[in-house]
Amino acid sequence: MSRRIYGPFNRVEGDLEVQVEIDQGIITSAWVNSPLYRGFEQILHGRDPRDALVYTPRICGICSVSQSMAAARALAAAMGLEAPENGRLASNLVLACENLADHLTHFYLFFMPDFAHRSYAGRPWHAAISARFRAQEGKAAGEVLPARAAFMHLTGILAGKWPHTLSIQPGGSSRPVEPREKIRLLQIAGRFRHFLERTLFGGDALEDVAAIDTLQALETWAENHAGSDFGRFLLVARDLNLHRIGRACDHFLSYGAYQEGERHHFAPGIWMAGKRHPLEPGAIREDVTHSWMQARNGPSHPLEGITLPVADKPGAYSWCKAPRLDGHPMETGALARQLIDGHPLIRGLVAESGGNVRNRVVARVLELALLVPVMENWIRTLRPREPFCVHASLPDEAESAGLVEAARGALGHWMRIRNGRILNYQIVAPTTWNFSPRDADGVPGPLEQALRGLAVGNNGHDAIAIQHVVRSFDPCMVCTVH
Amino acid sequence: MKHPPMAEPLTLLWLQSGGCGGCSLSLLNAEDPHLYDTLALSNIELLWHPSLSEAGAGDFIALLEAITGGRQRLDILCLEGSVMRGPGGSGRFHMLAGTGRPMMEWIRELAGLARYTVAIGSCAAFGGITAAGVNPGEAVGLQFDGARRGGLLAEDWRSPGGMTVINVAGCPVHPGWVTDTLGQLALGELDDQELDEFNRPRSYTDHLVHHGCPRNEYYEYKASAEKAGDQGCMMENLGCLGTQARADCNIRSWNGGGSCIKGGYACVNCTAPEFDTPAHAFLETPKVAGIPVGLPCDMPKAWFVALASLAKAATPERLRRNAVSEHSEVPPSSGGKGT
Repeated sequence: MSRRIYGPFNRVEGDLEVQVEIDQGIITSAWVNSPLYRGFEQILHGRDPRDALVYTPRICGICSVSQSMAAARALAAAMGLEAPENGRLASNLVLACENLADHLTHFYLFFMPDFAHRSYAGRPWHAAISARFRAQEGKAAGEVLPARAAFMHLTGILAGKWPHTLSIQPGGSSRPVEPREKIRLLQIAGRFRHFLERTLFGGDALEDVAAIDTLQALETWAENHAGSDFGRFLLVARDLNLHRIGRACDHFLSYGAYQEGERHHFAPGIWMAGKRHPLEPGAIREDVTHSWMQARNGPSHPLEGITLPVADKPGAYSWCKAPRLDGHPMETGALARQLIDGHPLIRGLVAESGGNVRNRVVARVLELALLVPVMENWIRTLRPREPFCVHASLPDEAESAGLVEAARGALGHWMRIRNGRILNYQIVAPTTWNFSPRDADGVPGPLEQALRGLAVGNNGHDAIAIQHVVRSFDPCMVCTVH
Repeated sequence: MKHPPMAEPLTLLWLQSGGCGGCSLSLLNAEDPHLYDTLALSNIELLWHPSLSEAGAGDFIALLEAITGGRQRLDILCLEGSVMRGPGGSGRFHMLAGTGRPMMEWIRELAGLARYTVAIGSCAAFGGITAAGVNPGEAVGLQFDGARRGGLLAEDWRSPGGMTVINVAGCPVHPGWVTDTLGQLALGELDDQELDEFNRPRSYTDHLVHHGCPRNEYYEYKASAEKAGDQGCMMENLGCLGTQARADCNIRSWNGGGSCIKGGYACVNCTAPEFDTPAHAFLETPKVAGIPVGLPCDMPKAWFVALASLAKAATPERLRRNAVSEHSEVPPSSGGKGT
């Protein structure tokens, strides 16, 4: 039995440390530490509630728009505002642009470079994968960076800039679209579509990729598209059995993504014991037993939550709190989103092998294929010259929540307003769920569970499998603790 | 084609501490050429960047040890995010993973070794958003604590290359502000003369956000927006600080043509120290007797008041109406030609 500390993890957003106990080359226990605390919830206390639109996007430079959306939703709920159709469409487009750019960045710049690692030098695919994906030097980066930047022009038009926009308002968008700009937006989305179809999907239409509905069909697709980047991943995943590592708790959570009138484009819910159930946000509690945080009497709902750091606390090992739903740790992200919404491929993959490294990556890539056509449709639906934003004043007293789906999963803001000021603001981010520490019952968080049983051998820092498991969640550590 | 022999590349190490990572993500928006080409063309070798490099844990710590042990030359240290001094000055709010040592200590040691130290973003420069309000993390900039000189490093600190910390402020930075500054360093053309009073590169802070503002005509006639989405000038009511903010945001385009003001919202002066904690709501202009408290840069108050009232009296109907509308209700007239 030995203990080992891994960190810092690069190619994740922010700083991360993982401590593991190893017995005969197998991880028997893991402790995940988010080593940075900044204190946004303390900074927000006492501010004008509208200032959350300035502060909260700056929690995270990679999930910035989803933080904006959550703040705008919480404010809208407090003000009793409903955005007009144009405002809703524009906000959805900006959020989708961020989420898809993040998926792309994750796949090409964060996740795939690990397969160029020296420990795979003996694999038949290693030379080709290295030439394509090696960090900084691989050929793919030179294609992906310009494509990503060009896609971001959509946000340049609709939100001024990325990250850290203020265009997403409680009543819609501050950026009305002119008739000619609709054309430009369609061109940007179309250009991104072409890039994905050509590079990631080997010439297939996005609609054809989105229609892959079984594991068998996916495997056939991979063989027929071995020269595409998604195909390359699938073949490596099969060779390395990436569906056999990184399984966590198999409880999944999605707040529902992209509002379309009364419903969401991707439905909200939870998934437990192989079935979908309705989402009950009232059942969320944050436990701080193992966090460097002041404890109260048991776990708190975020509306009642407090954030007071305590650096010397026995038994604590992370700045991250441990959110639980009905007492359960929950995995969140693209896999949860597509599973709960009911995509047949994802339902099939999870039925076969649960949440794991391969399935998480497949769900993200699938969302690229699913969402770009939807974005094109939203753009066509925009009605220039009609309203993009409605307005109301803020009440002096309110309690409200803003729940959205970031690229990495369920993001919630909870706010209490007293005398026109923020009395309490609590944020529970996707990676807070995924990388939470243990709770009062000693139940480990999803990543801690996903690492248990992983074979790492005696390779020390070269234990590349840990890297795959950690990155399969696309962690955002700056959101996690904030 | 034969290339002239290149000088040895400048080595760059990029660290992140108390920030959001948004400056790195903004840097990935660099275009024509993209980020990796830009660095290569400036003859800069990226030793390590937390989001971009292959080297993980062990290799990275070995690299840090090679630098501190004098076996690896370090020309440029970039820090993104504030220095976390809390709690109680211990630095434990950010321990560099895998090292058991506060990031604050790593930064201090590496800054003493790098030829140049560059603060990327307002957090690293001044403390920024992380230092807002009660500053729970005891966050501070590398060589400034808000607008006050002296941060983690003393006021009179100079790098081994003889420079102060170079403050590429912004929240986030424009990718061009970073790549231009690194390019100037690589050319050996960045000296004290090229920095402003807050040690920011004058390449972008010799401008005001007001320069090139697409709402200039509304500004001239004091035709003001009243709510988010209105087309008018956002200075009088919506908190816009573009006439005071030092940056070239409306000259240089963001994400292919955007800027905050083009996005329909106020400039919050994010390149300035202490922008993070205004005494009023960000998106509301504080006023005394109906007159905005903050006036345009270098403008005498009496003149501003006189010109503003004159301009208001002369505001054309077109601007008066369009200023409070999301869309142009009244097009410009054809100056007597046509019907």
